[in-house]
Amino acid sequence: MAKQFNVALIGNPNTGKTSVFNKLTGLNQQVGNYPGITVEKKQGICKLERGVKAHVLDLPGTYSLNASSLDENVVIELLLNKNDKDFPDVGVVVTDIENLKRNLLLFTQIKDLGIPTILVINMADRMKRKAITLDIETLEQKLETKIALISSRENQGFEELKTLITNYKRLSVSPCLNASSIAPEYFDSLRKTFPNQDLYKLWLVITQDVNFGKLDRKQMQGVASFKTESISNLKRLQQKETIKRYQFINQVLKQTLIVDKQNAKDIRSRLDRVLMHKFWGYLIFFSILLLIFQAIFDWSSYPMDFIDSAFASLGEWAKNTLPAGDFTNLIAEGIIPGLGGIVIFIPQIAFLFFFISILEESGYMSRVVFLMDRIMRRFGLSGKSVVPLIAGTACAIPAIMATRNIENWKERLITILVTPFTTCSARLPVYLIIISLVIPEQRVLGLFSLQALTLMFMYLLGFGAAIASAWMLDKVLQIRSRTFFIIEMPNYKLPLFKNVGITVVEKTKSFVLGAGKIILAISIILWVLASYGPGDFNNAQAIIQQNNLETPISNSELETKIASFKLEHSYIGHAGKFIEPAVKPLGYDWKIGIALISSFAAREVFVGTLATIYSVGNDDVETIKNRMAAETNVKTGKPLFNFASGVSLLLFYAFAMQCMSTLAVVKRETNGWKWPMWQLVIMTAIAYITALGAYQWFK
Amino acid sequence: MATIATLRKGQRGIIREFSVDTVPLKLLEMGCLPGNEVALVQTAPFQDPMYLTVNGAHLAIRKETASQIQIDVITEQKGSPEGL
Repeated sequence: MAKQFNVALIGNPNTGKTSVFNKLTGLNQQVGNYPGITVEKKQGICKLERGVKAHVLDLPGTYSLNASSLDENVVIELLLNKNDKDFPDVGVVVTDIENLKRNLLLFTQIKDLGIPTILVINMADRMKRKAITLDIETLEQKLETKIALISSRENQGFEELKTLITNYKRLSVSPCLNASSIAPEYFDSLRKTFPNQDLYKLWLVITQDVNFGKLDRKQMQGVASFKTESISNLKRLQQKETIKRYQFINQVLKQTLIVDKQNAKDIRSRLDRVLMHKFWGYLIFFSILLLIFQAIFDWSSYPMDFIDSAFASLGEWAKNTLPAGDFTNLIAEGIIPGLGGIVIFIPQIAFLFFFISILEESGYMSRVVFLMDRIMRRFGLSGKSVVPLIAGTACAIPAIMATRNIENWKERLITILVTPFTTCSARLPVYLIIISLVIPEQRVLGLFSLQALTLMFMYLLGFGAAIASAWMLDKVLQIRSRTFFIIEMPNYKLPLFKNVGITVVEKTKSFVLGAGKIILAISIILWVLASYGPGDFNNAQAIIQQNNLETPISNSELETKIASFKLEHSYIGHAGKFIEPAVKPLGYDWKIGIALISSFAAREVFVGTLATIYSVGNDDVETIKNRMAAETNVKTGKPLFNFASGVSLLLFYAFAMQCMSTLAVVKRETNGWKWPMWQLVIMTAIAYITALGAYQWFK
Repeated sequence: MATIATLRKGQRGIIREFSVDTVPLKLLEMGCLPGNEVALVQTAPFQDPMYLTVNGAHLAIRKETASQIQIDVITEQKGSPEGL
């Protein structure tokens, strides 16, 4: 068997690079992160002819090799480092037939690096409709490459592409543009200083602000001296380079590409006229948002109820079937309710990622950015902040990573700081269970359910908090940075079912596995802390029997009393009692206090924690909701979860920064602990104060 | 002086040279090159941002950047008034 070789997929955003990757690798793919940074790394295995396999790496989308973001840095760092284990043996540049001119800019740059490069022209199915004709043979000659004309929508051209990849050794590696033609004198002196180096690579090293840790030190020092040329001079040269490249591309395309504009009928401009209209555009956007939230609340409640009761019966089954003992208790009271707390998320997360990925794939998201930019700027944000704020309703972690394409640092920082206010899916189970406990099941105007309206209000509250704090941050932060904002308006496309499906599966999987580990660990720790204790804990039976000598009570009542005495005197009981004074003014007891503390690891732990605490020593395995409804306030004898304490809890979870993973991502994206610490302190303070106010008002 | 920011909806112009210090390289890379024709497709409320077609590409930029790019407005043949 031949040695496995490396293929890198490179291309502009919106060229269908991901579809090509999905087609080449199928489900043989693996999504991770580049070491040390949070840029998503997608790789997979592609099976070629005669049992040959290729390792395919899907690089982040980039417009050129002149990097202006973290994602783009990844591309250039890899392509400049021959010793990287992922360094491509062959580059596959994916382009879109309708944007061929612009997409070829990156192709010429990749080719000039001396990497064997295949040109993929995607969306061939649009050629007829758009009256585009292309002379492939001449284009191959002019660009000195091999071309695969494909259509991922109609599944055409992939066998040819695979053949080209297999035979990559036959590709020419001669450059498209002679680098020294940009500025002959400057490049002559470069050549004299580094006689054995590729000039274009040197030029990239000089102009790029990337991490050169992997390059030879000596070489680096030499190159640094060429930076003395003023920054604005270097920029001028970069401008000249870009113009030269476009001249070359224009010349090539003049002979090979014919677009009959007369025939090019567009649904695009018609759709734009409506979707970007000054009135209808906004109306449509808000209707779509409303539809998404309605769907998430309504549709996902069915599978969620099912999962909830399924885990309750699974716990019961485990308890009755397995031999009695500590281990069985750990499984039935610790692990199973803990796992249930994770699995119950799956429907909602899947729905959210489903909608977000459809909006992105169809090209609609860019229109939203356009519509919202002016409004968002008033609050110190950018139109591009809309994407993180919407994605934040799924999870703040990918949302914060999605801020990378915001060019202005101040706008980006503010977006990062306020995104955790949006109602992420981890808050959802907390909201759902509390709303169903304290908000009556009524209909308003005989149409809208009061519970659904309350949930929508919570979403608006989160969004409002994000916008309001952005406005304040904009006034407070003294950061001067140049505003510039460019966004491509891609063509409208029908989303490919396969791409949407893969996104939903991948994102849900990584969320569940990531959060799952934390939740599982915490539920085991909680169970141990709740099942053992110091001093009186071990004499529970004797003490309760002693106290109840005079009033005869039934056996089951005695059992319950012993169980609650045990819980109160366990390690966790002591911890809960310790913090009770701090949470009592908010209307919580020590059990909720424990749930509150454990949710600083991750919010969704709240429900799982209460599930674990309430099931310890409780033999009748019921659903979490029924157990919570049965809890009473020791003093008043009324339900513990009433309107006042419920509202107070809702507000606390709306504002508090209770997610370690988000803090870790903010630390990485802002290069330090300063901003995440401010986030933690300020958000939690807001949460405490509003929850306190609400409880005291409604009490 | 006419800039992209002074274009009216549907109007076209030819991009002149612009300064590398005020206009980001990325705009150039996306096809906004001197000598190319630019047309204003649509604007958001308050004429900002502006949705353009340049060199076959569809992009949106803010008015602030647009006002840094000088153009020669193409006069319509039917004798419509030039510029604003």
